[in-house]
Amino acid sequence: MATQAETQTTRRDFLYVATGAVAAVGVGAVAWPLINQLNPDASTLALATIRFNLDGIEVGQSVTILWRGLPVFVRHRTEEEIETARETPLSELKDPQTDAARVKEGHAEWLVMIANCTHLGCIPVGESGEYDGWFCPCHGSVYDTSGRIRRGPAPTNLVVPPYEFLTDSMIEIG
Amino acid sequence: MDFPTPKNLNYFWTFGAILVMCLGIQIITGIVLAMHYTPNIAMAFDSVEHIRRDVNGGRIIQAVHAVGASMFFAALYIHIFRGLYFGSYKAPREILWILGVIIFILTMATAFMGYILPWGQMSFWGATVITNIFSAVPIVGESLQVLLRGGFAVGNPTLNRFFSLHYLLPFIIAAVVALHIWALHVPGNNNPIGVEVKSKRDTVPFHPYYTMKDMFAMVVFLIPFAWFVFFAPDILGHPDNYIQANSQVTPEHIVPEWYLLPFYTILRAIDFNVLFIDSKLGGVIAMAGSMLLLVVLPWLDRSPVRSGNFRPLFRWFYWLFVINFIGLTYLGAQPAEGIYTLLAKICVAYYFIYFLVILPLLSRIETPKPLPTSISESVLKKAHA
Amino acid sequence: MMSNRIVIAAIALAGALLAGPALAAEEGGGHSTPHIDRVDWSFAGIFGTYDEHQLQRGFQVYREVCASCHSARLFAFRNLSEEGGPGFSEAQVRALAAEYQVPDDSADGETRAAIPADRWPSPYPSDQAARDANGGALPPDFSVLAKARGVSDPFPTWAFNYFTAYQEGGVDYIHALLTGYEEAPEGFDLQPGQYYNEVYPGHAISMPPPLVDGVVDYADAEAGGAEVPETVEQYSRDVSAFMMWLAEPHLASRKAAGFRVILFLVLFAGLMYATKSRIWKGIEH
Repeated sequence: MATQAETQTTRRDFLYVATGAVAAVGVGAVAWPLINQLNPDASTLALATIRFNLDGIEVGQSVTILWRGLPVFVRHRTEEEIETARETPLSELKDPQTDAARVKEGHAEWLVMIANCTHLGCIPVGESGEYDGWFCPCHGSVYDTSGRIRRGPAPTNLVVPPYEFLTDSMIEIG
Repeated sequence: MDFPTPKNLNYFWTFGAILVMCLGIQIITGIVLAMHYTPNIAMAFDSVEHIRRDVNGGRIIQAVHAVGASMFFAALYIHIFRGLYFGSYKAPREILWILGVIIFILTMATAFMGYILPWGQMSFWGATVITNIFSAVPIVGESLQVLLRGGFAVGNPTLNRFFSLHYLLPFIIAAVVALHIWALHVPGNNNPIGVEVKSKRDTVPFHPYYTMKDMFAMVVFLIPFAWFVFFAPDILGHPDNYIQANSQVTPEHIVPEWYLLPFYTILRAIDFNVLFIDSKLGGVIAMAGSMLLLVVLPWLDRSPVRSGNFRPLFRWFYWLFVINFIGLTYLGAQPAEGIYTLLAKICVAYYFIYFLVILPLLSRIETPKPLPTSISESVLKKAHA
Repeated sequence: MMSNRIVIAAIALAGALLAGPALAAEEGGGHSTPHIDRVDWSFAGIFGTYDEHQLQRGFQVYREVCASCHSARLFAFRNLSEEGGPGFSEAQVRALAAEYQVPDDSADGETRAAIPADRWPSPYPSDQAARDANGGALPPDFSVLAKARGVSDPFPTWAFNYFTAYQEGGVDYIHALLTGYEEAPEGFDLQPGQYYNEVYPGHAISMPPPLVDGVVDYADAEAGGAEVPETVEQYSRDVSAFMMWLAEPHLASRKAAGFRVILFLVLFAGLMYATKSRIWKGIEH
């Protein structure tokens, strides 16, 4: 008698556990799409990677383009700017980083950076400030010709987005 | 959870729980869709397509919401017809029944406004036709119609307010559902034999007995639901709603969603003037009346016997009423011409005669079959048979 | 259930009731709805998927013939390389997009070469311009056209459609339309700029017969696809299939998910039934 009752209990428990497990799988399978729909949709993702043609940007000129809804500076630097940036000793920097680490090898004349000040997100003004780089009018952060923070409340250098050169004149950001 | 529930409830009684599930599904998917939808006449159509095309899993979520509306009404009608057959509206459950009728009307209003949002041809012309109903109201009709539309024709203000109300109403429905369930817990469930619970032997605790039975029914209900969502998401809709709204071209036939068809037939069937009431107002009165009649049903059917199982005459008229109702649905989808207008008048007449003449009369002349003394007695007899 | 018999009787009666007027209408003549043949589509039924080669061919027909008048404003170049579609590679799509100019306010001359994220450029700047160029008739947009057309089946066929999940009325109609051009019968009054079509409502359509045998030279066969005839019939099928994909790009993944979901629900229902029966065991009800 006792064994029979035990078998009954085990079998019943198994059934309940199996049903519960399947129900849990069902809840999970329903929950995921409801969360995933919050992620960027296909039309947004299609613009997550953009290509940009550098032809026509003269030395000393810079343009602002839009990438993932953020403004991005693309600056064709002068020899002098590159020189100054390279010669700055790391010890003078608030957020030490060499100029070479901020540009692509062989393309040192091109500086590509997200145009939001790392302090509170304003867009700094180009070719200004005491280091002839960028100056943020909102709270007075000063960046050098490599976009590195030199003075003011911003904690870090202007952010370099992930990008690569497809050809000498075509970059792909993202 | 330990709520004592009659032990003899059949599967028609699971539709209450199924309806709660339907409301939940509509609210959750609706909130998700609202995150991607744009209520503006220039963008609404494309934003719904954006959901279908680009949003992660959007095609399925949108289909669940659209098919969900149909499944909701399928369950709602079964739930209502169960109540009609087993006399669930009778004392002491009048309040429960009236709250149910309110839920039904609110749900129709919500579904109607939701159908406007994709801004297809049927959306636009459905909105035009239904808001035109209000112009039939004497004296203030025209002003009322302009007030509802927020303009002289259906347009952007109409779409925006319908979106707002379509988002709001389900929460009001949920509140009335809470009252409906509360009102159920005062007298307790009706049951298939319609004899009140007499002792503890007649009942089982709601949990786990009915929680598990209801859950089983819900899962089964989800199978045809999924069939439509995944294999035929558009079969319950109308192709014309894939054409963007155009105020200069009316579709050949304007057909509401199937669940509104019976009442649409009633609206259209009155094509004659009665005294000072013109046909338009007459149709509106008939349609409103057909719903409001349900409110007073507990006082129209005075038979002390609840369940149709013990009412031999009632059963005949009841099934005729069901067939008649299916007929009203069918006729709503047909053009109002030829034989259809005559059939529609006959069906509408029976709808009203059933409630206003047959039910009151039957309660006087019918001899019911003998009732079992208690639920447990009938259950045992069934088990031995 | 004691009322089972009644339910069956009711359904039968209701069926008879519904069939009655339907049949009456058929016999009454009314306006004769032309019969529309059902095509055996690869994407029909619960296991249906698109045939990549057919979509590529259909796209070629759209691009070379239809697109000169018909826009497809919701169609993005990137769709061509997305899962479940014609299966072009991303590089192919990028190259294809670059052949087209799209409007862009910030570009020189207000247009620039398209990228995969762009939508298919419309042939006319506005609906009015489209009407002006087409004798007053507006060529409908192709984006969801395959779902915006349908076939109204008589009873009981439409009832069976729920069980066969028949969703191809739109493409069947489009295929029938494209192959339905005929000489107008004696005495049929056609206005200038109208053509006689067997399946078009009212028969007088403003679109000239768009397809003739051999008008499109299929590139797909060279790319390893099957050799198919270059006939109006074949073009019509291919472009209809393409239009179905345009209207319903996630059809294949939707149906595949549906199969898994229903399988899961059946299993779950079985377990729930067992659980429920186990709980109710020993209780007379």
